[in-house]
Amino acid sequence: MIEVKHLYKSFEDKDVLKDINTVFEDGKTNLIIGQSGSGKTVLMKNLVGLLEPTKGQILYDGRDFVQMSKQEKVAMRREMGMIFQSAALFDSMTVLENVMFPLDMFSTMNYRERVHRAQECLDRVNLKDADEKFPGEISGGMQKRVAIARAIALNPKYLFCDEPNSGLDPKTSLVIDDLLHSITQEYNMTTIINTHDMNSVMGIGENIIFIYEGNKEWQGVSSQVMGSTNQKLTDFIFASDLLKNMRQMVIENGLHLNDNA
Amino acid sequence: MFLKQYINEMAQLGINSIGIVLIISFFIGAVICIQMKLNIQSPWMPRWVAGYTTREILLLEFSSSIMCLILAGKVGSNIASELGTMRVTQQIDALEIMGINSASYLILPKILGLLTIMPFLVIFSSATGILGAYGTAYLGHIIPPDDLTAGLQHAFVPWFVWMSIIKSQFFAFIIASVPSFCGYTVEGGSVNVGKASTDAVVTSSVLILFSDVFLTQLLS
Repeated sequence: MIEVKHLYKSFEDKDVLKDINTVFEDGKTNLIIGQSGSGKTVLMKNLVGLLEPTKGQILYDGRDFVQMSKQEKVAMRREMGMIFQSAALFDSMTVLENVMFPLDMFSTMNYRERVHRAQECLDRVNLKDADEKFPGEISGGMQKRVAIARAIALNPKYLFCDEPNSGLDPKTSLVIDDLLHSITQEYNMTTIINTHDMNSVMGIGENIIFIYEGNKEWQGVSSQVMGSTNQKLTDFIFASDLLKNMRQMVIENGLHLNDNA
Repeated sequence: MFLKQYINEMAQLGINSIGIVLIISFFIGAVICIQMKLNIQSPWMPRWVAGYTTREILLLEFSSSIMCLILAGKVGSNIASELGTMRVTQQIDALEIMGINSASYLILPKILGLLTIMPFLVIFSSATGILGAYGTAYLGHIIPPDDLTAGLQHAFVPWFVWMSIIKSQFFAFIIASVPSFCGYTVEGGSVNVGKASTDAVVTSSVLILFSDVFLTQLLS
């Protein structure tokens, strides 16, 4: 579980995150949503330590990440996996070498065991016969799957995904979403996904945090989104006229909503 | 893992540069010999003077300083663009997230790799330059081979070889570290990677020239 308490982040005079308080739960796909520039990427970078918060606490199972020494942070990061928006695979390495990389660096396995584990991860993301290919030779969707395989190679406790569906077609996005969701449950990880893909929100959002201009505007689950009375959230999620009309029709036709947040 | 990176960098930065070093050194050796023969040789000078001056120029300046300036272009732009691209495509962030010291993992093997391979490049350059000079003697008949040999052997100071290698070590450090800094600290996109690459070559070339002045004074 990751707890964020009174988190602030400023760049010079600009306050990007303002008093964020939230909890990301174990075994759930936690989604951070918000418009471009709302601060969700900054929040994720603070969570993984790529940026230092101006003030506040980030507690990983009770351990304050902000107060940790450099060595403690390095050790802590070995419990994290991250999937970047651009996949961030190493160009000079093959798919198999990319997945083996964290194992080469940190595991005590011998070469054969490392290859076996890497292939196991590639099988888990349904990527076969691509071992010897370079990242430039495979599609964007495959790159994302390699990135997922690399991120789970060391069985991380926390998985961070920065816009994993960015640049993918809707069908491939669903495949990636399902994969992340099933891996989260399988490994009981705390998964945090930064997204503005509404299919992800409605499909796998077990804990959704909506960031608006640096503030946590709303928090809930996907079933609460449709009936939410939060104007900023509905304006963001049902941005087009088509979606607004569809939402109106659903509500008018008496779709049973469990909760109205 | 570090050893693997170190060997990769030696291959990528050093061994892959041998071709260009040999080609340039061969032709520059030949051209220096021709120029010395045509412009310095006179009835008042000993016949070995062209060979002697060719050797001294190759050993003292070309094979260390000028060759390193050429490498600053080839290797410097390679390092800056590689690290810059890794930065803008978040590959360096990925290393950091894994708990790896990215600077140590990416930059240190480059510096150590180039420092290791540079003396060999200097020696190959000098030897190939002399071969180029012999090319003008045997193929171009510009200078009698015996005169060239006499000149190459005249008043040889072994310290000059060491001086050349010592200078090249300083230049190797500049060639690897300055572009690494330029590439590693890139912010933005492809335009900034291109700018970092240009800055890396310009800065390392200027630093090589400056340090050459001081090192030559210090070691002579």
